[in-house]
Amino acid sequence: MPVVARARRRKRRSVPIGRILLLGFFLVFVLWPLYWMFNTSIKPSDDYLTVPPVWFPTAPTLVHYKAALFAYRGLDGLINSLIISLSATVLSALFGTLMAYSLARYNTGGQHLSFWVLSQRFLPPIGIVLPVFLIYRGVGLYDTHIGLIIAYTVFTLPVSVWMMFAYFRGMPKSMEEAALVDGCTRWEAFWRVAVPLAAPGIVAAAVFAFIACWTEFFFALILTSRTAFTLPTVFRAFIGFQGAQYGEAAALAIVSLVPSIALGVLAQRHLVRGLTLGAVRG
Amino acid sequence: MAEVRITGLHKRYGAFHAVRGIDLDIRDGEFTVLVGPSGCGKSTLLRTIAGLEESSEGTIEIGGEVVNDFRPRDRDVAMVFQDYALYPHMSVAKNIGFGLKARKMPKPEVEARVAEAARMLGITPLLGRFPRQLSGGQRQRVAIGRAIVRNPRIFLFDEPLSNLDAQLRDEMRGEIKRLHQAIATTMIYVTHDQIEAMTLADRIVLMRDGVIEQQGTPLDLFERPGSTFVAGFLGSPRMSFLPGTLTLGGSAAAIRLADVLLPVAPGRKLNGATDGQKVLLGLRPEHLTRAHAARPAQGTFRYDATIDLLQPTGSRSYATFRLAGAPVMAELQAHDVSRPGERLPIDINMNRASIFDVKTERAI
Repeated sequence: MPVVARARRRKRRSVPIGRILLLGFFLVFVLWPLYWMFNTSIKPSDDYLTVPPVWFPTAPTLVHYKAALFAYRGLDGLINSLIISLSATVLSALFGTLMAYSLARYNTGGQHLSFWVLSQRFLPPIGIVLPVFLIYRGVGLYDTHIGLIIAYTVFTLPVSVWMMFAYFRGMPKSMEEAALVDGCTRWEAFWRVAVPLAAPGIVAAAVFAFIACWTEFFFALILTSRTAFTLPTVFRAFIGFQGAQYGEAAALAIVSLVPSIALGVLAQRHLVRGLTLGAVRG
Repeated sequence: MAEVRITGLHKRYGAFHAVRGIDLDIRDGEFTVLVGPSGCGKSTLLRTIAGLEESSEGTIEIGGEVVNDFRPRDRDVAMVFQDYALYPHMSVAKNIGFGLKARKMPKPEVEARVAEAARMLGITPLLGRFPRQLSGGQRQRVAIGRAIVRNPRIFLFDEPLSNLDAQLRDEMRGEIKRLHQAIATTMIYVTHDQIEAMTLADRIVLMRDGVIEQQGTPLDLFERPGSTFVAGFLGSPRMSFLPGTLTLGGSAAAIRLADVLLPVAPGRKLNGATDGQKVLLGLRPEHLTRAHAARPAQGTFRYDATIDLLQPTGSRSYATFRLAGAPVMAELQAHDVSRPGERLPIDINMNRASIFDVKTERAI
């Protein structure tokens, strides 16, 4: 009996050690690049490439932030990115939800329309960038916020629709039917019953859409210039013929993380609440 | 309160013909149960009455008004769903009051009616909870509360008890019956459970393959089934069917089952029957009893049976024996029989037996 107990105790103690090692390795793997980026963003320029490296800058400076945000117009890019990404996300979630509901509940377009929607993602974006550029030039959408918002909404819509489609498909019809019998119109049943229940799915789809817009580089590069340029396009200015502006690049990268992290924290709360709907008490 | 009249109703889903010509009159205040095996079209019929499905052909009248083109909300019906269909994001009180709010009823009145419905169903302490915090039976009560609070012209129930365990089902069945006695509104109830149908219905409408096979009071259908399908569907344990030949010659009609000749009860009408017609004799377990009297009563046939299977249930025992080679089940008092292999005199009550034509499977 004591032997068994001791063996068990030893076993119980050994598990956390392995786990802690594994988690520690994982954390270093994930966080080290972030730390190095932050470290670089506050280092004086002379410390970038020294051997041995400067692990902790002795004289931290905000000069790179100032340069990246103002001299390189990173702040304008950040504001543009926020306007464009948020607008496209809202539109994508709105149209995506309406479209997915229609596909799921009314079987709009028969069997094939839903697949056709997804198939729009099979096309490599580079295949259409030139025609889009020419059209935008022609109709005056080139280098405008609206232009990029339209483009991003169109690109993120298929995935939003497909995610919401699966979500609505999995939701029992009977709650909306109960609402119809109870006295709702189709629209009210959708708005007051289906949408609140689909909220976790809508949030998830919106998060995906936002990430796609926030990190998009190619279309922003081709379709914008001095007015509607987004944050990712600012980075290309840091690599020039005379060398790379590591400090400025790192500083802007840190800035660009802030909205993503804020969104992640906000959405996570909603996602977790949504996933456990009906499963937990309280 | 309203009566329902359905005329020539069809429902097709593409090539699939779910409801094939239903004519049905339901009186005001009547409790009608639509029953049948799965896929017989009973739920489709109910959903068409609710307006959740469009009919392909035919008319539905509620209270003398054709409602085919009415939206569900304009039909003034309430429905209880199999999966309860409570709104998970609303409290019980909000769930019950949802329909009233959707119809723009003033808030104080909504609250008063929700409270009244909750009191009636004994769920007042649950009003602040959410559906996920309720047991199956409590959810069912909330679903019923949501229906009665609106005071609709017609209640529709779509297999409301099939997700509950056996004990709760019996309890809720009694409550639904009590509810009907209390408010006497027209109710249409769909189930595949023949016991629910028998116990609840003023009238049973038995459906098969999209048509009405037979309708009438529960006792009517039970005692005088119009076909082997109805006879086999209602009653548990099932009716036994014995193939035989009808003989009309001589003094009295009789049915020959191999080496046994069973006289048909005197005075029984055999409409359109012919001599030598192939028939099925339908015997329910309760038509067979252990013989105690010295001679069999009028219309009763006595047979010496050897019990080969015995299923005691406590007060009664179901004994199976062979009559002219075919298995027949008898419902005996527990003390009438002790073991398989026992030889007993059994009285077969031919007054209550059913006779069907072999080919058409219709009653004679």
